[in-house]
This record gives sequence, structure tokens and C-alpha cells, in this order.
Amino acid sequence: MKYAFSFLAVIVLILIAGVGSQIAGMPYFFGVFVPYVAIAIFLGGFVYRVVQWAKSPVPFSIQTTCGQGKSLEFIKHNRLEAPDTTAEVVARMLLEIFTFRSLFRNTKSEIHDGPKITYESSKWLWLFGIVFHYSFLIVVIRHMRLFLNPVPEVVAFLDWADSMFEIGVPSMYMTTAGLIGGAALLFSRRLVNRHVRYISLVNDYFPLVLIFAIGVTGALMRHFLRDGIDIVAIKQLAVGLVTFSPVINGEIGAIFYIHVFLVATLLVYFPFSKLMHLGGVFLSPTRNMKNNSRAVRHINPWNPDIKPHSYAGYEDEFREFMVDAGIPVEKELPAQKD
Amino acid sequence: MAVPKLEQLSKSVVQGPSLATGAIPTRDWMDIPVHFKEGNYAYPAKKEKVEYLDSQKGLSFPNARIWSPEDDDWKLPEDWKEIILNGLKERLGKFRSLKIFMDCCVRCGACADKCHFFLGTGDPKNMPVMRAELLRSIYRNDFTLAGKLLGRMAGAREMTVGVLKEWFMYAYQCTECRRCSVFCPYGIDTAEITIILRELLHLVGVGINWILEPVSNSNRTGNHMGLQPHTYKDNVEFLADDIENLTGVRINPPFNKKGAEVLFITPSADVFAEPGLYTAMGYLILFEAIGLDYTWSTYASEGGNFGLFTNNESMKKLNAKMYAEAKRLGVKWILGGECGHMWRVLHQYMDTMNGPADFLEVPKSPITGTVFDNTASTKMVHISEFTADLIKHGKLKLDKSRNSHVKATFHDSCNPARAMGLLDEPRYILDHVVDWVEMPENTIREQTFCCGSGTGLNTDEIMELRMRSGLPRANAVKYVHEKHDVNMLSCVCAIDRATLTSLMDYWNPGVRVCGISELVGNALVLEGETRGELDDGLRTLL
Ligand code: HEM
Ligand code: SF4
Ligand code: SF4
Repeated sequence: MKYAFSFLAVIVLILIAGVGSQIAGMPYFFGVFVPYVAIAIFLGGFVYRVVQWAKSPVPFSIQTTCGQGKSLEFIKHNRLEAPDTTAEVVARMLLEIFTFRSLFRNTKSEIHDGPKITYESSKWLWLFGIVFHYSFLIVVIRHMRLFLNPVPEVVAFLDWADSMFEIGVPSMYMTTAGLIGGAALLFSRRLVNRHVRYISLVNDYFPLVLIFAIGVTGALMRHFLRDGIDIVAIKQLAVGLVTFSPVINGEIGAIFYIHVFLVATLLVYFPFSKLMHLGGVFLSPTRNMKNNSRAVRHINPWNPDIKPHSYAGYEDEFREFMVDAGIPVEKELPAQKD
Repeated sequence: MAVPKLEQLSKSVVQGPSLATGAIPTRDWMDIPVHFKEGNYAYPAKKEKVEYLDSQKGLSFPNARIWSPEDDDWKLPEDWKEIILNGLKERLGKFRSLKIFMDCCVRCGACADKCHFFLGTGDPKNMPVMRAELLRSIYRNDFTLAGKLLGRMAGAREMTVGVLKEWFMYAYQCTECRRCSVFCPYGIDTAEITIILRELLHLVGVGINWILEPVSNSNRTGNHMGLQPHTYKDNVEFLADDIENLTGVRINPPFNKKGAEVLFITPSADVFAEPGLYTAMGYLILFEAIGLDYTWSTYASEGGNFGLFTNNESMKKLNAKMYAEAKRLGVKWILGGECGHMWRVLHQYMDTMNGPADFLEVPKSPITGTVFDNTASTKMVHISEFTADLIKHGKLKLDKSRNSHVKATFHDSCNPARAMGLLDEPRYILDHVVDWVEMPENTIREQTFCCGSGTGLNTDEIMELRMRSGLPRANAVKYVHEKHDVNMLSCVCAIDRATLTSLMDYWNPGVRVCGISELVGNALVLEGETRGELDDGLRTLL
């Protein structure tokens, strides 16, 4: 039901933009107003969320160590998995962010008769995740060719490299396929893997369907629904948006407005959803803290003033026993009066 | 409650209809209420223990009362819901980890089958992600825009008594072992969630006795067992007597001795019950062999800290005794015995909470001259670090053949492994004192499985649950037991020594449990000893 609902929501979004943009005067609403609002909400929301996180302190040093910590000279320190210096932490974080290192460790457990539990390496999630995220990243960078004039060389190069295989006319981008395929695979995984299926919420299906639809509308626009897709007009609009002087020249097909509207939805949705893991992964204390907590004191800004049950109070309660047992005391017993 | 027979449970974990074995529950998890019955919950804290703790300066344990999880009415305070939501709000402001972990989970499921409670019970709510969702759903409802607008559609739900009961159930079916956090792409640590859940529950007087009684004992007498100073001393001296019988060497352990170089602190369980006693004998023999100038303390006579399983205030209060005592006695540095959660507190919390320990010196081994720079600020060294350094410098005369009755394997305790990175020091020691093998690779080091009874869950009334959650660990031991005739499961944790013993007796009879220091004690050749053949090491009955 939850995934069906996600499809429904995306279909409604498509209808709104597809029908809406055909009404006279509305192209400016969908082509200018909506993108500006979406970008504003995205940036504002993103910053707001990160500031909200940063406002809460990190009271304790709670790094998760996944390897040997730094100790004696002859014990080999695992510098990536139990980092001791800032450089080591940065290396750990970079690997996490660029290679999804923790996911790479993933195993799948099964219980057999005996009982016997087995753990097999399982890299599907890692693979789908990598394909999906890198495709997403490159798709986003490639889009810069629309917004920037002249097109930076990196972007032009990516564009060229991405369509190297020259399948179709214009030739297909590998990352478009990666994005659509990746989203589809992640979605299928949600349905097929029983654990994931049980925990999945609308919040989990919806962004995948949305991104899938963004990818599909983009590909349709490039390869199939070329009618009314006037690249010059689109580039003019995109550059106009960036330079705050947007104009819409001539007619642009509905598919373009649908694509843009879905992207706008994603932007608006982003800061208020789990997609914020983009920002959160950098701030996760179990990964970004050094494992040097015995060598360098970590400060808790709200460290409460709590004293132990005092030794004096302890000795007062047990002095007699302590003296009897020959345990040294601070205060001797009062002289016996008989 | 009686524990099911081995055959029964062995079948049940494989064939019982559960998410772990392949059955998908038909109802949404939000619609499945918890049901408490004898055997599936740990007993609530005794009223007088809660009252005692509440009376202690700096601690707050309100709403002490007599109640039972099996009753419909938990006698919660009138404004319980406000208390919980305000408590959550306060903690969101105090812990960035909580906010990040609430916001960033993508429900990718990488953590789902990493939890020993899930593997042993198949209960979907024991998937780490689901455990966090129990809280996240409330967070969404009251603290996020999407939750407020879309409600259940966005995975939000209202805080109800039913939810509170669910929290109690599942916050006490998590041993804060952090295995899930190793696999999560964002390092989401369900232990943090469980810690917060337990803190919140204490605000409305919901806690378990197996934790709060040790906390109050530890506060008053200095140790969990409630051993008073003379008894504590007696216990250690009994061990010295045993050592004398076995080796002919008389050891006179010093207590509360001012001016000693080193203060030694270990979990009180080590001087209280088998098999920890043998580990404590190992310490005594080691210190005697090297002539360490040290002292035990009866005031700081507990290395463990059940405050970690309660709330950060009680953790701080209990831990503060260590530095207070080190200062009073005027020692130079502190040496800590073998314990898991104790070392999480010492490694990650102590200095922050109760430091800076500027009245101590950077620990330096008086025997080898090694300076323990990795403890430059806390001034507290782990016994395995200390011993490994002694061995490396050839300061111990070790006769490995004295452990020839032992074929060991090594259990990494959760906290030294994942909250400290103490992995290879114990292994280095093992290499020098005993013949041993590793368990399968996905069950050791940072991927180690919990004993299943940590965080104060080693209580008898939930034995079936413990045997289930301990299954992944037991299963890995079984593998080396059958393949390599392993007969001893060694570890560096006092809770493990107790809990793994029950676990082995149930799943792998014939495998015993010991501390690393016991094996060191077995192998150590003492000067002037008149030791005969001890065919069971320090455990030999004369
Ligand atoms: C660069 C910015 C990033 C964006 C725009 C992004 C976006 C997304 C999106 C749209 C999804 C799919 C949501 C879903 O599955 O419901 C997702 C899922 C995921 N992301 Fe990211 N992400 C980013 C960064 C990262 C990083 C740095 C990591 C790794 C540390 C990461 C790890 C994951 C994982 C593991 C999933 C779960 C896949 C699943 O749903 O099964 N992401 N991300
Ligand atoms: S591994 Fe992390 S992100 Fe994935 S479901 Fe578990 S807690 Fe959430
Ligand atoms: S911390 Fe350990 S017990 Fe708790 S949810 Fe994670 S894996 Fe399970």
C-alpha cells in the first residue's frame, strides 16, 4: 500500500504540472516561480537543519571503533578504523562518503538446522547504492551545462565521458540509466528483502519513485518527446534563472515542466526528510570522532556538577568494620567509654 | 520461568515463525501491542532502591512505586506524557547524536540482521532500525514538520501508554553492544537510542531491579555486590589463601594504602563469584610476580558502572569515586581490571565527566618504563595493555605448558572492541600463555557478538531471552568447540564471565569461561613457588 501511495502521489504531481503548464500564463508559474521557491526552501531548509543539528552539543566521545586502537608500540594501530588524529578521521570519513565503506561490510545472516547461523557477505545494497548515488551526482553536475555560460570544462568533459558509448541519438548517458536503474533496484529491494519491506515507510518509497520519475521524464525529454523541446529556449530560461532575469521564449513542451516540477518537489521535500542523510553523515559522532579519548579530554559543555557519595560518608558508615578488619581509616574510632 | 529444553529452543529459533526465519508478519508493527508475561521482562526496581537513589545528591529517580509490567495500570504519574515529551525535548538539545540518529536513518536495513536479539528471537522490533523507530515515530509526531502534517503516513504516531510499554520491552532487549553501528552507513548507534529510552523511562519511575539495585549498592558500599569493606577485604584474602595453597607463595594484598604507586580497580564480581575469582587470583599473582607497589580500594571497589545502563547522571556519580579515591590515596595512576562496559565508561566517559585528573601522572610502567601515552589524560591503563607490555619486555616468566589442559578461544567483549579498539592486546597475551584459536571471522573483533546479557540483563527471570540472544555467540563457540576441541572461552569482561558461563552450560556444555588474567596466572612462574602439578591450573581442587 505504501509504495502504491507513492506512485499515486507522483502521478498526481505529474498531472498537476502536465495540465497546469498548458494553461495560458502558467508556464511562468511552473518555469520560474516554482523553481525559485523550491530552491529557496531547499537552501533555507538545508541550512536550518544543519544549524539545528549543530546547536546540540556532542557531550561524550562516542566513536565506534572498527579496528585496533592506538596503544602500545608493538600493537599495530588501525588508523582508519580507530582514528587517533584529525587526518585519520578525515580519511575515515572520506572513505565512508565516497565508497560507502560500512555498507561494504554488509553480511546476510541465515539460521539453519542445528541451529547453525551463517553470515555471508552481501554487497547488493552497496552496489545499488553506489550506482544510484554516483549516477545522481554526475547527473546533477552534468545539468550545470544548462545553467552556466560558458560551460565549464569539467562539466563538458563529464558530458562527453558519460555519453561515450554513443547509443541512440542523441547518445544516451550512462548515468541516466544508472539513476533510473539504481532507483528501480533500490525500490525492488525494498519489496523483496523481507526485513526492509517490513520497516519501509511511505517516506522510503516516495523519494525513490520521485527520483525514478525525474530520471524517466528527463530521458523521455532527451530521447523521445522531442516536440517542443527547444534546447535554446530551455538554456535561456536556465541561465536566466541563475542570473535573476528569467525569460520564457516560445513554447516549451509539457514534459519539460513536469520534469522541473518533480525536481522542485524533490528540493522542497529534501530538507524535511531522510534525504538529509547527505548532511548528517558528516556529523555522525560515531564516525567523525577521534578514538583518543583517554589521551585528550573531551569537553561536555553541560557537564552537570555531581559529586560521588563521599569517602567521608562511606567511612562514617563502615568505620567500625574497617578498623576491625585492619583497613586504614582517616578518622579513628572515638575512644571507648565503658 | 523455566528455560525450554535445548532441543525445543534449538528447533524454535530455526523453525519458529519469525521474521528471522522467513515469516513476514501480516500486521504493521505499529498495530502490534506488547504483551508482558512472566519470563519476557526483567523485574521492576524495588521501591526502596529507587527511593534511595532519588535521595542522593545530583540524582533524580522520581515516582518510586510498586508496579508490575503485567498489570494494565503501571501507576504512571498523572502527567507522564508531558514528562516524557519534555524529557525527549531536553535530550534532543543535549545530544547531537540523538538528533542526527533520529533524522538520518534511511531504513536501508543494513543493521537489521546484525543484532543478536533479532537473530535469537526473530522479533521484528529487535531489528536495530525498528528499535530506533519506536522512538523515532514519537519524535516525528512531536518534533518534525512532516510528522505533524502527515501523521502516520509519515511514520509518526502519538505517544501512548502502549508505546511506553513497548519502549520498556525493547529498551531492555538491547545490550547497547553497538554491533549495529558498525554496519550502518551513517554509524547510527542504536545503543544511543536505548540509552535515551532508558533515561526517559526512569523519569516516570520505570526501571529494572537488576540494574538499579547494583547502582544503589555501588553508591553506598562501593560495589555492585554490596560487599562492605571488611567483606571485600576478606574475599580478596581468601583468594590469597587459595594461591598459597596452590603455589606455596603467600601474598598479602594491600587495601586503601596511601602513597601506593598504582590504584587497582576491577569489577567486584571478580572477587565474589566463580569463575571471576580465578581472574582475580591471576591479578594477585601477576602483581606479586612483578612486585608492583599498588593498592586495592574498598571505597572504589567497583570497576563496573551500571550507571551506564541507567542515565548519564548516575554513571557520573558512580564513576567519580575512582578519581576521588586516587586523589585521597595519593597514587600516581590507575590500573583497571578486565571488564567490558567498565572500559567503555573509562575510555569514553570518565575524563569528560570527572576529569581532568591533573593530580595524577601519565602512567608509566614501573617495571618496563613504558609510558602509556594513549592514557595521557585519563591516567588509567587496561590490565591487558599493562600485561602485554610486560610480556613484550620479557618481564614475566611464563610456562605455557601449565595451560596445556586448555584449548582456548577468545571472545571480544562488545565495549572493548567497539568503543575502545582493544583487540590485539589480549590476543598478544594469549599467544604467550596458551594454545588458542579464533572463532569465525564475522563473529570476532569489531563484529563480535554480545554475550546476550550485557547492560544489566544478566538476570535469571529472563533466562530464555538470554539464551536466545546469546545464540549467535554460542554458535560461533560451538563451531570451534567441534572443530578444534576448544574447551575454554576466554574474555576480558566480568559480566561475560558470569553470563557466558550460563550460555555455555546451555548451548555448549564442556566449554568453560575464563578471564585472560586467569590464563596468565596459570602460566606465571613465581619466585619461591613450591607448586606441584596443577592439572586444572588455578581451578585445581587440592
Ligand atoms: C550526495 C548527496 C546524497 C544524496 C542526494 C543522496 C540521496 C539519496 C537518495 C535519494 C536515496 C534513496 C532514498 C531511498 O532509498 O528511499 C538515498 C539512499 C541511500 N543513501 Fe544517499 N544520498 C547522498 C549521500 C549519501 C552518502 C554520502 C551516503 C553514504 C554514506 C549515502 C547512503 C545512502 C544509502 C545507504 C541509502 C539507502 C538505499 C536504500 O534506500 O535502500 N547517501 N540517498
Ligand atoms: S543501517 Fe543505519 S540507516 Fe540503515 S536502517 Fe539501520 S540505522 Fe537506518
Ligand atoms: S546495540 Fe546491539 S543489542 Fe542494541 S540494537 Fe544494536 S545490535 Fe542490537
